[in-house]
Formats: sequence, structure tokens, C-alpha cells
Amino acid sequence: MARRYFAVAAFSGLIVAIQLATLFTGTGFYLTQLTMTAYYSLVIIGLCMLIGYAGQISLGHAGFFALGGYVAAFLTTCDLKSQHGAFFSLLEKSGALVFRHDVYGGSLLTVHPWLACAAAILLTAAVAYLVGGPVLKLKGHYLAMATLGIGIIVYRIVLGTEFLGAADGISEVPGFPLTAGLVITGASSSRVSNYYLAWGLVILGMVLLLNLIHSRVGRALAAVHGAEDAAGAMGIPTARYKLNVFVLSAVFAALAGVLLTHYNGGIGPSEAGVMKSVRYVAIVAIGGMANLWGALSMSLVLNYLSLRGYFGTYDDAVFGVILILIMLFAPDGLLRRHLLSDLKRVFSRDPSEEEAP
Amino acid sequence: MLGGMTAVTLNQFLPMPLAILLAVVLTTIVGALIEIVFIRWLYKPSVLRMVIITIGVSILIREIALHVWGEGVKALPYFTGSSISSINLGGVYVSSQVLWVVGVGALAVAALTAFFNLTMLGRQMRACAANRDAARLCGIDAGNMVTLSFMISAAIGAIGGAVVCPITYVQYDSGTPLAIKGFTVAILGGLGNSTGAVGAGMILGILESFSIWVLPTAYKEAISIAILLAILFVKPSGIFGSAEAARLKEF
Repeated sequence: MARRYFAVAAFSGLIVAIQLATLFTGTGFYLTQLTMTAYYSLVIIGLCMLIGYAGQISLGHAGFFALGGYVAAFLTTCDLKSQHGAFFSLLEKSGALVFRHDVYGGSLLTVHPWLACAAAILLTAAVAYLVGGPVLKLKGHYLAMATLGIGIIVYRIVLGTEFLGAADGISEVPGFPLTAGLVITGASSSRVSNYYLAWGLVILGMVLLLNLIHSRVGRALAAVHGAEDAAGAMGIPTARYKLNVFVLSAVFAALAGVLLTHYNGGIGPSEAGVMKSVRYVAIVAIGGMANLWGALSMSLVLNYLSLRGYFGTYDDAVFGVILILIMLFAPDGLLRRHLLSDLKRVFSRDPSEEEAP
Repeated sequence: MLGGMTAVTLNQFLPMPLAILLAVVLTTIVGALIEIVFIRWLYKPSVLRMVIITIGVSILIREIALHVWGEGVKALPYFTGSSISSINLGGVYVSSQVLWVVGVGALAVAALTAFFNLTMLGRQMRACAANRDAARLCGIDAGNMVTLSFMISAAIGAIGGAVVCPITYVQYDSGTPLAIKGFTVAILGGLGNSTGAVGAGMILGILESFSIWVLPTAYKEAISIAILLAILFVKPSGIFGSAEAARLKEF
């Protein structure tokens, strides 16, 4: 228990230290990419929960991310001024709609970001719940292909739909006013507050997931991962647990999509692309599959490097190579929790014994 | 994609039949190399692990192709005639290249069926698919069979790419959707059933083409994947596969 929160505290310390470091070196502009990294990390830890702890793979999480982002972007940019009727006037009176001005000074009547966010998350959860039922019955590569397919369907739909901006995506998404003085937006004046907001949310998510892992549900998931039939025989409703974790991780992805869209001020179809999904899985794999801290730290490093453009034109190739190398040499993930003891065993014993699992 | 791209490049300084032949040979070698480098030495890999590795490899090939050939769209010239000429088949005008595609496809299926049913090597390969351990007990080198199957499927893919690229054009990223569609068709037709796969391929193609009657063209891709999902949910053994054979496989 104490150890769990010690790690959370240490990570929070790291986040503060990074901000202070950028403050003293005058490199505050790094915080923009670090904030975006935080939102991607939210997807990663949700996916890590699904892959590592529930033992299910998903190659379609970018689809859920984009679903959340697009719903929020569409609702907060679509002008409803010309819409009349009882439903719209009720919405307007209840404060669900807000007047604001676009960059050209014209006035817009759009859905309030809170309501849009709720709609995005509810819709994603509903979609995940509906497709999750039949999808999670599949195993192994059928599951991988089915989730890959879901991701591609979302990609094709956002790419081909006119009112979602087709290939251009949706831009001019307004900021997300959380409370007075705290707005999720890419404006450089609120860079520091947004940085802490994003990472605070990641840490909150981590605490939630860590507690989940160490609860009755977490132990049940471990049993499902270890031997599904045996877990079922013990009376664990395996299908329900798998579905719930699938929906939970989809909601994490959707929330990240909503907030990153408000932060960036827009979203494009590439966010739903296969390459993004593969990237998320690669990061979870290098982080050690069933290791939330490993996934989080790898997400921090790799997403940041990628967003800063260190990989240049080889961006996608880097994550492809990472995925291949991990799957070839360490199919259980690189930063396993028992990595140190494993290494000790390898060096102290005859390596040929290691072949047998 | 690799077959089409290589054929287009080689066609610049070789006559077309020779360019296609060389492209198929090169792609076959690449297929063999991928198996030897990434799959062969793994100790009892799970199918999921292999799928993820091959997805990684396909990303790598795509990125290499992007750096070698750039983003441009390429195509071979029509094998016979030109893009505006057509042949009258009992009142229906068909582009000559379409006949080439259908002919080569039929030839490939006939050759595969003959290979799997009539030759020793083909039978050995089927034995490996049915029961790897038993096949090895009979003295079949299962490792070589896997390499060979990679080579055959790479060669057929390359032939397909070269034949179809005058019509559909080829680009660095035209491989990924085809891989998904290939998987759809393979499942739809029942795995390991090449005649069933042809029937399933036709059904998928017709459904996809007619879907533009009711839905925008941009959703065409999504249709074939939705069909894949529907089949996986409802009847994972495929339309033409037997439920009994599917029970042996784990979905």
C-alpha cells in the first residue's frame, strides 16, 4: 500500500522537477509537447490495463481516441444558431449551449464543452460496449484483426465524412473551461497550468488503475489472464470482466481524445490511423505489458521524442522496429516487473535451462 | 505492393515480361528472408506473436518503400491494348487488362490446387498445417515448409500486384488495406481453402462495389472490414469452410 503511493509521489515529483527544469533553463516551450505526451499517456495506461492485466490485445485504440476527439470537436464547432425547435431552445435555456465568437468575429452557438465531453465519452463507451461483446469472444490473432478492423472502420468513416472535415479534420475547436481561470487550451499563457492539469489527470488515472489492480477485480483479472477456463470454473464471470476493462480502456482513450482535441484546437483523421494504434501497442509492449509504471515511463520518453520530431521521417518505422524487436526477443514485454531477478537468473545459471518456460 | 512497385521500376530498363518475372522472383526472396530472419528461429511462437511481428514487418516495408519510391502513384502500362481499348465479349465491353487479371487469377488457383493435391511437396505442406508434430514424425521438415509457404504467398502476391497495377495503380501504402482484405477473404472462404477463397473474394468485391449505391464511395473500405467482423462474430469457420474443421482451430 505504502509502496504504491510512494511510486505515485515519486512520479509527481518527477513531473514537478521537469517543469522546474524547463523554468530555469528557459525552455518552457517543451511543456507543450509534454502536455500532449500526457494525454497520449492516458491512452497508453488504459491500453496497458487491457493488454497486460486482462490479457486482451487491441489494435484499434486510436479509433476510440479519435471517436472521443471527433465527437467533442464536432459538437463544440457546429453552429446551431439556425436550428429552431423545442429541443434546441430547451438546451439553450438550460445553459447547455454557449455563444462564442470564431476567429473571424462571427458569433456561433455551440454545445458547451462539458456536455460535448460527456456525449463523447458516453458514445465511445456505448460503442465499446456494443462491439466489445462479440469481439472479446475471439482469441489471439482473430482478436487482433477484429480490433484492427474496428480502428480502420473509424478511420475510413472520419476520412470520408464531409461534416467531419474529411481529410482536413476539424479545426478551430475552442478551449475547455474547467473552472474559473482554468482552461484547456494551447495558448502559451496557460502552458504551465495545462501541463499540471494533464499530468495530474494521468496521475489520477494511474491511482485509479493501481487500486483496481490490487482490488478483487484486479485479482480476478489476473486469474483470467493466467488461465481463463480455470478462472471461469472458479466462478469468475470472465466475459463480463474482460468487457468492463475493454470499455474502461476505451473511455480512457476517448477522454484523452477529447482533451487533446481541445488542447490542440483540432483533430485530423491521422489520429484514428492504424499507425497510431500500433504505436500505442508498441509502447505498452516495451513498457512490459503488465507494468503500468513501465508503460507510463516509456510513453513519456517515446511520445515526447516523437512529438519533438527526433525520429524525423522514420517516425512510424521506429515504432515498427520497436514492436518487432520486442516481439522477437521479449514477447512478455521489456520492462517486466521481474526483470532484475530474471537477469540475475540468466547470468548465474546455464542459459540452456532458460528455454523451458 | 512490393511486386507492383518493383515491376514498375524494372520495367524502365527491361521488357515487361522479364521485369514482372524478376519482380516476382525478388519478392519471393524477400518473403523467404522475412520468414528466415523474423519467424524461423522463434521457439514455439504463438500465432498472435507472429501476427504482431508481421504487422511490424509490413510497417517497415511500407516505410522503406516510402523512402525508396516516394509518395508517387505508379502503374505498369496495359499488357495488351491501352487504357481506352476494350474487347467485345458477347455485347459486353471489357478492358483487356481485366481479362488478364481474371485469367492470371484463375491460373494461380488452378496451379495452387494442383500443387496441394498432386505434388508431394504440396501434400507435405498440408500435413504440416493439419498437425505439425505428426508431420515432423513422418520426416517432413516443418521449418522449410513454413519458409516455402511464405515464398509461395509472396510470389502470388507479387504476381497479383503486377497484373492489377495497370488498373488500380500502386503506391507505397497500397499494401495495408489489401492485407486486411486478404485476411477477410481467407476467413470468409474458410482458411486453407483456395477455391472457397476465390468465391469469397468475388462476393466481397461485388458487395464492396455495389455498396456505393447506398453509401458514399469513401466508405468502401469500411464495408469489407465490417463484413470481416460480421463473419468473425457469426460464423468464424467462413462461408465455405466446414464447421468441423474450424472446431479444431481456436478462435
